[in-house]
Amino acid sequence: MALSFEARAEPSTAMRWASPLVAAALTAIGGLLVFAALGRDPFDGFRAFFVNPVRDLYGLAELLLKATPLMLIAVGLAPGFRANVWNIGAEGQFIAGAVAASGVALHADAAWGVATPVAMALAGAAGGAAWAAIPAWLRTRFHASEILVSLMLVYIAQFGVSWLVHGPWKDPEGFNFPQTRMFADAALLPILAPGTRLNAAFALALAALVAAYVLMQRSFIGFQMRVAGESAAAARYAGFAEPRRFWFALLVGGAAAGVAGMAEVAGPMGQLTEHVSNNYGFAAIIVAFVGRLQPIGILLASLLMALLYLGGEQAQQVLGLPSSIAKVFQGMLLFFLLGADVFVGYRLRWTRGVAAAPAAR
Amino acid sequence: MSETILASILAATLAAGTPLALAALGELVTEKSGVLNLGTEGTMAVGAIAGFAAAWHSGSTVVGALAGIAAGAAMALLFAFLALTLAANQVASGLALSIFGVGLAAFAGRRYESATLPVAARLRIPGLADLPAAGALFDAQWPVYASWLAYAAIVAFLYRSRAGLALRAIGESPQAAHAIGYPVIRIRYAATLFGGAMAGFAGSFLSVFHTPLWSEGLVSGRGWIALALVVFATWRPARVLVGAYLFGGVMIAQLFVQGSGWRVEVPSQLLSALPYAATIVVLVAISRNPAAIRLHSPASLGKPCRPGA
Repeated sequence: MALSFEARAEPSTAMRWASPLVAAALTAIGGLLVFAALGRDPFDGFRAFFVNPVRDLYGLAELLLKATPLMLIAVGLAPGFRANVWNIGAEGQFIAGAVAASGVALHADAAWGVATPVAMALAGAAGGAAWAAIPAWLRTRFHASEILVSLMLVYIAQFGVSWLVHGPWKDPEGFNFPQTRMFADAALLPILAPGTRLNAAFALALAALVAAYVLMQRSFIGFQMRVAGESAAAARYAGFAEPRRFWFALLVGGAAAGVAGMAEVAGPMGQLTEHVSNNYGFAAIIVAFVGRLQPIGILLASLLMALLYLGGEQAQQVLGLPSSIAKVFQGMLLFFLLGADVFVGYRLRWTRGVAAAPAAR
Repeated sequence: MSETILASILAATLAAGTPLALAALGELVTEKSGVLNLGTEGTMAVGAIAGFAAAWHSGSTVVGALAGIAAGAAMALLFAFLALTLAANQVASGLALSIFGVGLAAFAGRRYESATLPVAARLRIPGLADLPAAGALFDAQWPVYASWLAYAAIVAFLYRSRAGLALRAIGESPQAAHAIGYPVIRIRYAATLFGGAMAGFAGSFLSVFHTPLWSEGLVSGRGWIALALVVFATWRPARVLVGAYLFGGVMIAQLFVQGSGWRVEVPSQLLSALPYAATIVVLVAISRNPAAIRLHSPASLGKPCRPGA
């Protein structure tokens, strides 16, 4: 008797949606084991990580606040991932958007009123899209890998923002901290729920989910992206232009990440610092995959990922564990997802004798 | 420029290029078998903290290097199980490995943050080390020589051995290699583990020999640059080695600026960003000729394979 993989006649739709749940459950179990291995009571750890952060209304608002950038970035990345355009540099595009929006905020006039956050959002989108245009151009013109180029631009963006807040944009009254001055109130996003930090960007993110659905399901370019993802050969045969796909995917992803960056500086931070990004750009890649590259899935996955972020902070305060434990769980989540996804296309079967050796050997 | 400055720049370039050379040579072997492992960054980070912790507690740099190698291989095993046994998407699996590895290293390294080790002794090669200027190349820490030996061994293996031929054949066409009886998955496992071990070694070289300290941002993109180097070298080992030292030179640009005696006001962030910008420039220069890429890249690179399924 041996276990072997057997191809399903058709990919299993049930498994496609069950697999993120399996991955989340396995991550939770993995979390219990990690807490136990670290000599903490696993259930205390679990409570601190997954329950305490959302015990009250304020906690729930914090969850939605953390989910906002993840949702925005992931929904922008999803169309590209569906068409096999690998924009891995959303982190850099997020920073570029945050920088562009901060530039507007720092030079805004009080007389602008409500136009300030609008101009900041547009600047954020433009900044992110411009940063993503570099890999798009280099890919379509010179065939340079968009994975590596967009990644390198993450580091360059980080050095750029570091230079700005250490140099020209440093708050002269900021006790030499590497940060800009706090933005004027007019440059901040309006709060949605009084008494919390949840702001208008959350509504924007929900709107982006709807827009993404319409785009992918109802527009011609969305159709092209879906076809290209299923079969590159079919897309070529149909005459769908590849450069268009790369430009579209990267610009949309960059603009969305840029707006997320704007929402961070115009929301919870209220200023630009070196550590504006908080790894959102990479976590959003996981969100996009766990969310099956679909709007509803991304909504749920971003909440789960936001919980991991908040749990990480709790783990630091309550359990005395470094908050980077959240990143370990994020990685685990993606591992388990990729593993569980095998069962979308395959099933396990016991086979007798040597006639059918395990397929994967 | 005086000879001592030249020698010190040479030595610094060599030391900065060695982790890139180690990681990129390992990735080259992995990719030659048709497996694209984008997890180098995370693997290097885990290798760096494992090596640092081992060296810290044992007091031995050799133990540190070995721990880095073992941790790198363990990371690669994780990737191999996903991408080879389960035939999951290699790009996504590699990214997962990088995100996980960077997080794991940050988590495990919390208590060692900013700790330093004593600087490991250099190994003088008698005779050669006394050469003018170039002598600096032969007065280095032992992993530098190990990287040269690894280079020689990889070249001999890939191009002069039967097993190396099998590995390259699998990289070109796993189905054909399977048909004539090669154990495709087993050989890909071996190639992936070797690549991971080399990346782990590269990481531990950074933390135990080169800096020698641990900080969360220690690897900061070197794993990704190593991946780009393999493309830059169009999958040829000699070019990997040359490219690694070129990038090593770019990484210590600050030293050049000081050594040149120029009085220029360049923001340090700009100099730090240079290697990443250079990576983009080089990638563009190489990739603009798709025919050369197609000619040299393993034909099955990144494509999952289930022989017999």
